[in-house]
Amino acid sequence: MKLISVLGLFAWLSLATSVAGQEWPYFVTYSHALEEPGNLEVEFRGVQASPKYGNDFSSATIEFEYGATAWWTTEVYLSGQHTSNDSTVFNGYRWENRFRPLLREHFINPVLYVEYENLNKADRSLLEVVGHDSISDLRLPNAESRSVTERELELKLILSSNVRGWNISENFISAKNLIAPEPWEFGYAFGVSRPLTLVAGSRDCVFCRENFSAGAEIYGGLGGLDGFGFKATSHYAGPTVAFNIPRGPTVSFSPSFGLNANSVGALYRFKVSYEFQQIFSHFHRRAK
Amino acid sequence: MIRSLVCAGLILAAWVCNAADAGWMKHVSETDRARTNPYAKQADAIAAGSRLFQDHCAKCHGEDALGRGKKPSLRTREVQQASDGELFSLLKNGYLRRGMPSWSALPEPSRWQLIAYVKSLGEKGTDESTTPLQ
Repeated sequence: MKLISVLGLFAWLSLATSVAGQEWPYFVTYSHALEEPGNLEVEFRGVQASPKYGNDFSSATIEFEYGATAWWTTEVYLSGQHTSNDSTVFNGYRWENRFRPLLREHFINPVLYVEYENLNKADRSLLEVVGHDSISDLRLPNAESRSVTERELELKLILSSNVRGWNISENFISAKNLIAPEPWEFGYAFGVSRPLTLVAGSRDCVFCRENFSAGAEIYGGLGGLDGFGFKATSHYAGPTVAFNIPRGPTVSFSPSFGLNANSVGALYRFKVSYEFQQIFSHFHRRAK
Repeated sequence: MIRSLVCAGLILAAWVCNAADAGWMKHVSETDRARTNPYAKQADAIAAGSRLFQDHCAKCHGEDALGRGKKPSLRTREVQQASDGELFSLLKNGYLRRGMPSWSALPEPSRWQLIAYVKSLGEKGTDESTTPLQ
């Protein structure tokens, strides 16, 4: 029955056209680009790292992003991870919503982000870094960390600008554990990126510059209400690149390098995303 | 705290819903309206615009740009006689209230190529099942 349901889902999705959407090559930073209404993007994100004095791990996250309206995008994430010499565990889910409060384009465009997380502490997806997150969290054995469940509310203020082909995005992150008496934690992410060329070619091609975009990201924690600042926080920075395969998926890669002793030396991030356009369109009457 | 957040969410939703605008053309600034398309009527730009259209626009507006369901035709007199600057403003800002997303992430030269293509299609009548843009 489950197999039939899965096959049915894929058959339904295959009726929709897939293309690369408006996507910047960021892994942590959000821009003000939302999912186009009616489109569903399915994305697989992976992180691989070898923390010093800890076991290597690989984290996998599947994301379903739907454009509910032109000003509201909603997403569900499912995460799991595998740690060498330890185990493979499912970590939980996130439900995220992004809203554009201003209905027109401005020099700086705000987006409000609200997310509910139900994850165990073994989560290593590192979709953001907040508070005093550090390499020591990644050394905990799965048997110990998976038994601690965290239900968090995460709020972000996303500020983003598109200027002469460049995207510049700043995110201010705050997170609160809803089931433990912990203070609000804060973090940041900053990204800048640009397509390799701004002019589209007149012919189809795969390895044209217009299909690539590149940039850089920096992100990290800012402590919490009990101690705001850089003390005992971790930070990462690195280049990022995305390749939009024409009428196919977008593939992105980024090595992020730890900037202090609280950070992992390097995080290797990659993602593959596939956008299904107008997934409900075959229910609509075609106008001809 | 949760009650405060719910209230804030409701206020935000009400504000967004009431931020209605009566038509995209009314919001085009004079600066945008006066802009001209550097790629107008250029064959290469029209070909590139055609590719962009098929990738990003055809699923909603139809491969022939005549509209699909509630998604409007781009070959109405209103669109075809709009200035390049007005269409550029529409692509940049979108018309979020009515479901048209902003395409500001698409580089500016590509947006002009898209406009060159749409303008090259010319006017064509639509049946009653398509919705006018305004």
